[in-house]
This record gives sequence, structure tokens and C-alpha cells, in this order.
Amino acid sequence: MKKIYGRPKYLKPRKFHYCAGCGHSLVHKMLMELVDELDIADRVIGVAPAGCAVLAYDYMDIDIVESAHGRGPAVATGIKRSVPNLVVINYQGDGDLAAIGTAESIHAASRGEQIMTVFINNGIYGMTGGQMAPTTLEGMRATTAPKGRDPRREGYPLDLSSLLAQIPGVVYAERVSVSTPRGIRQTKKALEAGLRCQLDGEPGLALIEVLSMCPTNWKMSPLDSCKWMDEVMSKKFQVKVLVDRRTKAIKKAASGNVD
Amino acid sequence: MAEAAIRAGCRFYFGYPITPQNEVAEYMSEHMPEAGGTFIQAESEIASIYMVLGASVTGARAMTSSSSPGISLKQEGISFLAGQELPAVILNVMRGGPGLGNIAGCQGDYFQATRGGGHGDYKTIVLAPGSVQELVDLTGVAFELADKYRNPVMILADGLIGQMREPVVLPEPVKHLPEKDWALRGAKGRPSRFSRSLILNVRRMEEHNWKLQRKFREIEANEIRFEQYLLEDAKLVVVAFGSAARVAKGAVKRLRKEGLKVGLFRPITLWPFPHKKIRELANECSEFLVYELNAGQMLEDVKLALSGSAEVFFYGRPGGVIPTPMDVAKIIGSRYYQRIKRKAK
Ligand code: SF4
Repeated sequence: MKKIYGRPKYLKPRKFHYCAGCGHSLVHKMLMELVDELDIADRVIGVAPAGCAVLAYDYMDIDIVESAHGRGPAVATGIKRSVPNLVVINYQGDGDLAAIGTAESIHAASRGEQIMTVFINNGIYGMTGGQMAPTTLEGMRATTAPKGRDPRREGYPLDLSSLLAQIPGVVYAERVSVSTPRGIRQTKKALEAGLRCQLDGEPGLALIEVLSMCPTNWKMSPLDSCKWMDEVMSKKFQVKVLVDRRTKAIKKAASGNVD
Repeated sequence: MAEAAIRAGCRFYFGYPITPQNEVAEYMSEHMPEAGGTFIQAESEIASIYMVLGASVTGARAMTSSSSPGISLKQEGISFLAGQELPAVILNVMRGGPGLGNIAGCQGDYFQATRGGGHGDYKTIVLAPGSVQELVDLTGVAFELADKYRNPVMILADGLIGQMREPVVLPEPVKHLPEKDWALRGAKGRPSRFSRSLILNVRRMEEHNWKLQRKFREIEANEIRFEQYLLEDAKLVVVAFGSAARVAKGAVKRLRKEGLKVGLFRPITLWPFPHKKIRELANECSEFLVYELNAGQMLEDVKLALSGSAEVFFYGRPGGVIPTPMDVAKIIGSRYYQRIKRKAK
């Protein structure tokens, strides 16, 4: 009998601590499938964020460095510059990438660091218990915006990925969502495109923003979370390729693999 | 210092401009690439210390340099380096005063440097050069110690040494760097590894903390450095570090010529601090004078060392005023006459 589906080789046989319906586990799984498919397990290194995914090394069977909140792009820079042959995955959340680490995110992009940032956007601070994030939508409630985010009081949600996409040092930026099977398939394609940027020597940073559910802090069932993401969240944060500056020849070759 | 770092095998320098230590970054930007290394002017002091962390975790020798306000920003990262047991060298060319202060020579960061500096129960090894030559020599030592103990090492200099120009003898470039079997460079031919400081299990967290503490005790037992100058028959011991010690040495020389039995004790490692040696000195001598370019920080360590076994007098100048050897000689001399000559009468 041929095994056609199973646990990815580089996903440790351990139960996820993530809440039911959380997007992190899906992204972890896809990343580890790609590590296997692209055969890069011996040259990949992950930078894990402060946040719910801080324990990424419990699940991903690859070298992983923990980073302080927001500092992932700087740590990833140090690693990549030291060992350019490594494929660096910098995994961050929304408060991490778009609030405390805004400077690090923008400048790693402007230097065109050859790393892939996986940006999990769930519009809320998960691990600390549902505080307002830079990406919290207008009207959305958070423990520190109990009446719902009012732009006059709490400011507007920040779409940092679109800003980053304007920086020439970003070679590829795509926003995807894991709320539907179709979205999940697209996410995997995007992650692959992001990883290939490093394998192909594209001269810059790849950014994959993943809209991801946080049922616990959204106070919704996993199913409702998916629905809300489709109907509300992805209206503000549109799922699309934000920029593609991959060099033409490589883009062409890659498109055979990506699409 | 920058050339000494390159010769010590440092191949990664990450920094952010701040006076008075920009010469280091400027030198690095030109010569680090020549040595096959990497120089990055980062977007902030915070980013630069985490770039050091990233390079260090791959096993490379990496450093950053800054001055007081910038070092405050780096403290978060220094704490992470200590927690993750990663080597790194940090040069602090201290400025005067809290806040922005000024760029004059000052020693106001003694507490911050020797008490850990960032959050959590940890220590950085702190080396205090007293001359440009010693700054060069201690740079090599700093990289050795950082690797040996897998711990951040700070070189604590001040604006005076930072801006001084003196001829120096540079060391030979190191040929062999230590093997780092803990480094993360992709899980090739071995199981995957991780580097972390988050340990949610309280018992394991305690274990990790005790492990760090055992390491710190080991450093205390093995790495204390100091200089003794004319202490054999001294009736009054001046204790000073860094550029203050240099001025104090001039003062001691002057007073010796006048026949006063004074000597100088200069801690070179500020952490670990030579407590034991100072206590021993108190067996021979009951008068101590601490001189610092701050309002009295190392003074606490000297008092702790003496635990009341000798009299301690303090002379300090915070804010960047640097007295001449003559000024300091006057202070030491008058104390000497008050306490020793008068007693003798
Ligand atoms: S709090 Fe939210 S982001 Fe964190 S594990 Fe639970 S669902 Fe996922």
C-alpha cells in the first residue's frame, strides 16, 4: 500500500499547544512540508517570535532561534549575513512585525535582506490575551479596546505589508488566508514562492502575510472565525500578490513550480 | 580597538552612530569587508545588538559598540544573549550624565555594566581598560572570554580613552578560532537544535538560572584581573579604574616623590570585581580612597569588599569634568595628612 498522506517528515510527533481552529498549526505544517519537498532541512533555520508561536521549536524539526518581540528581522539579518547559504524563515505575528518591530521590519526590507518573513496576521495579540493589535479592525473589540476600535481613539488598522511592498528591497510580497481549503492551498504556494526567492538568489526579502484565525481571542467558534475572516477581515486586508519584483527569467522558471 | 577586534577574528560588526565612538564604526565600515567580514550600520542600537545575536548563534565572532544612551537600548538584547548563552563583545565608550548628557569622559555606567544591566539574573564580564594599548589588548581577551563562557563581555571605556591618540602595538591575528559545537547552521548530519531563553516550566527555568549562576561563580573564581602600583608599603590605597586610574597613577607618582606612602589599586575586571584582593589589602593598610568619574558607584563594591575593615574616603566628579593629576594629588595628599600624618604625631 502506498502512503499518500501523513505527518510531514520535519513536523515533530507532538500535539500542538495551539487553540482549536488556530491558523498557526496549519502554517507550521505547510512550512515543514515545504522543507521536505524542497529538500532544505539541512540548510534551513527558523527565527521564532515572542508570541503564541514562540514554541515553534517544539514542532518544527529544524534549527530554530528564539527572538525577542519585534527583533526577528534583525536576528535573521545576523544569521543570513553570517551564513549566506542558509534559508532563513523569520516567523512573526502582527504586534511583533507591525508594532514593536516596525523599524526592524522596514529596515530589513530596505536593506533587501535575503530572508523570508512569514507574517501571521490575526488582528489581535494572542498570547498576552487579546489586546488590540496594530492590525485590529475598526469596530473590532479587544481587551484594551473594550468598546471596539474607534479610529478617533485608537487610530486606524495598519497595513504594513502594503507599505513594505513599496520598498525596492522586497522582491516578493503576497497576502494569503488560511480560512478555506482554497486559501490554504494558495498559502502553501505563496510560502513556496517565498522560500524559492532564497534558493534562486533573488536579491531581496520575501514577505508572506497569512491572515490567520484566533478563535480564542476573537471569541468565536473556529467555523465562525473562518467566516468572519472571509467576510470582514479580508475586505480590509485583501488577499493578493502585493508586489512581485523577482527577476524575469527566474520568475518564469518559478511560475512553472508556483502556479 | 577596531583593528584589534578584526585581528581577534571578529567578522561581524553592527552598530549605530553615537559620539564618542564613531571612529570604531567608520574603521569597521572600511576594513571589515577587506577582512571578509560584514559591517552593517543598523537602524537602531536595538537592531544592531540583535544582529550580533543572529551572527553569534551561527558561531561567528561578532561585536557592537556604542555609548551610554545607546547601551541602554542594547540592554534588552544583552539580556537575551546572556539568557541564550551566546558570546558577544560590546564596547561602551561612556558619556557624562543621565539622559543625553554630554560626550565628555565619565564613568557613570558602572552600575549598569556590573549589575547585569538588562532584566533578569545575569552578569556580563566587564573589562575596564586604562589606556589605549590596554583597550587593544583587552579586545582580544574579550572575544576569548565571551567564547569560553558563552556570555556577553562588555569593554567599559570612557570618552577620555575613546578620544585619546596613542601609539599601540597590535596583536598578531588569531589563526584558530574555537570550535562551537552548539552553533546553529542548519541541521546538517545532526539532529535539529534550538536556542532560546523562554523556559515555561518553572523547575527547568530555575535549573537554567542555577546553571548560569554556576558559570558566573566559575568566572569569579578564574577571571579576576587587576593592577597594583606601589602598594608594598602603602599607608593609603587609592582605588580607581579606567581613565580615572590613569590620572590617579600620575597623582600617586607625584606624591611618592614628596615622600607620601600612597599606592594605587586598579580593578581591570569590574565584574568579576576583585573583592578578595581588596580585603587582603586591608590587612596591611587601613586607609582607602576611591576616586571615580561619577558620584560613587565602584565605591559600593570597595565598601562591600572591606566590610568595615578599613576607612574609605570618596572623591568623585560626575558629569565629564576630568581633574588633572595635580588636582587628584591634592585630594589624596590632604586625606593622607589628615589621617596618617596626624595619627603619627
Ligand atoms: S491565542 Fe489565538 S493565536 Fe494564540 S494559539 Fe490561541 S488561537 Fe492561536
